[in-house]
Amino acid sequence: MEKLFGKDLAVAAYKARLLAVEAVHRAASGHPGGSLSCADALTVLYFNEMNVDSANPNWAERDRFVLSKGHCAPALYAVLAMQGFFPVEDLQLLRSIKAHLSGHPDMRHVPGVDMSTGSLGQGLSTAVGMALTAKITRKLWRTYAICGDGELAEGQIWEAIMSAAKWKLDNLCVFIDVNGLQIDGATKDVMPTEPLDKKLEAFNWHVVKIDGHDYAQILAALAEARRTKGKPTAILMATVKGKGVSFMENQAGWHGKAPNADEFAVAKAELEAKIKELEGK
Amino acid sequence: MAGKIATRAAYGKALVEFAEKYPELVVLDADLAMATMTKDFRAAYPDRFFDCGIAENNMTGIAAGMAASGLKPFTNTFAIFAAGRSYEQVRNSIGYPHLNVKVVGSHGGVSVGEDGATHQCTEDLALMRQIPEMTVVCPCDGHEMRLAVEALLNYDGPAYLRLARPATEIFTDELEGYKFELGKGVTIADGSDVTIIATGIMVGMARQARELLAAEGISVRVIDMHTIKPLDEELVLKAARETGAIVTSEEASVLGGLGGAVAELLAENCPVPVLRHGVNDSFGRSGTAAAVLEYFGLTAEGLAEKCRKAVSMKK
Repeated sequence: MEKLFGKDLAVAAYKARLLAVEAVHRAASGHPGGSLSCADALTVLYFNEMNVDSANPNWAERDRFVLSKGHCAPALYAVLAMQGFFPVEDLQLLRSIKAHLSGHPDMRHVPGVDMSTGSLGQGLSTAVGMALTAKITRKLWRTYAICGDGELAEGQIWEAIMSAAKWKLDNLCVFIDVNGLQIDGATKDVMPTEPLDKKLEAFNWHVVKIDGHDYAQILAALAEARRTKGKPTAILMATVKGKGVSFMENQAGWHGKAPNADEFAVAKAELEAKIKELEGK
Repeated sequence: MAGKIATRAAYGKALVEFAEKYPELVVLDADLAMATMTKDFRAAYPDRFFDCGIAENNMTGIAAGMAASGLKPFTNTFAIFAAGRSYEQVRNSIGYPHLNVKVVGSHGGVSVGEDGATHQCTEDLALMRQIPEMTVVCPCDGHEMRLAVEALLNYDGPAYLRLARPATEIFTDELEGYKFELGKGVTIADGSDVTIIATGIMVGMARQARELLAAEGISVRVIDMHTIKPLDEELVLKAARETGAIVTSEEASVLGGLGGAVAELLAENCPVPVLRHGVNDSFGRSGTAAAVLEYFGLTAEGLAEKCRKAVSMKK
């Protein structure tokens, strides 16, 4: 597929948001808040940065992606469907017993999913394994991952961070979705993970801090990661949980709750208005 | 072959032996290469050996990512950490996506000896057996271990392989018609009064128990059940029908491992007396391997006593 840039990326990201929120609404369960906060990064990855082929999902030379915060599957599935890995209509059967789109990413049944995730803290280790494989087999494909800031309370994440530095995995680039909220409230109250830049630098990672809803900044950070040699890159992206749906923004309560019909109608109207505005209609 | 070797030592030799034939084989360890016996592979193939430090959960996940990228990783640490600490990593990052990782638990059971209960894993067989589609293998001697390693290299899917610490006698190489196949038990001695279905180092003790009981006029069949899952159901049912009593034997908890698997199968399909010989819902303790095994009754005599009881329970 052709790479998207600028405004086209924004349009795609908001379309992905709408598909994700609609899927969660239809499923009457799921995680809209974090899906919306990482939707821009996911869109940039799949519509600009990553080398993938939806006609050949298991292509050996493709770039890999691990959604370590696996509960944001609605956003990943939306982006994969838009990229053509499976029909967009399938999203209506998110979490349904009738379909293949389980509540968390499932690599055995969902084309385009490179790793099954959902148990927080585990995905980053698998991304390290992928990047290490590319290194030792001298392949040029890269590995990307998205972790949540709340997820960083898991000890295994720091084991993975240490090991990526040990093996100098400059082919690994990890977004940390710093939306500041998790199920029980603010991350700074539940279990403070900051200062993430100092911690990651101390673990010998290259760190870039950006606004996670600014496409130019996301693209620039990814380019910087590709230029960085000898160490993995962490992109600390400040985001708004629930971004794009006014009543979900910055509300921990929308971490794992589905909008009802009335709420979805409002969300849909807002996201469609944004898409129209971006398209200049 | 004859002589004695620990299955962990035979495993370490097998990794080196098969490295050239299987270029996708990579070995991961968590700071225990001297004990898990991956040290020789490390020396011979440093570019294919990855020390993950004392961080078993990360090692398990790294292996999952490597398998998803086409390698054949073997992870190595003690059974208590492989199956215990990292249980959920094995379940969710390896089992659920059905990735081709071999999770190797060295120092299984109480024959770890001196290190005591914290390092003696008796629950691993039950834990790993619980994971859907997981293959669980526990070879009985060094010769069988070598064959198991190559069979696992040729099996595309998740598996747990249990190794034992102490040196034990090699005997499967001298058994007529012996053949190793994953999921197929081996009848290593025939008998008609009772069948011992054993795994790991208890297979050797089952042979001794058979000798003890022969002197008493009890005829014992011995099955080496190196693969606990998938269980060779046909062989177990045949033994139940033909000998009318079963004793399972494992250097592991009697809850949920080989004994559990056999009892579940027979209760539903061919109810005969089934006695489970193993560790009775207890933590281990320090001592020499022989002393600890003796303490828990994991001896030929302990096994023979179970057999006498099983025979007495037959109608």
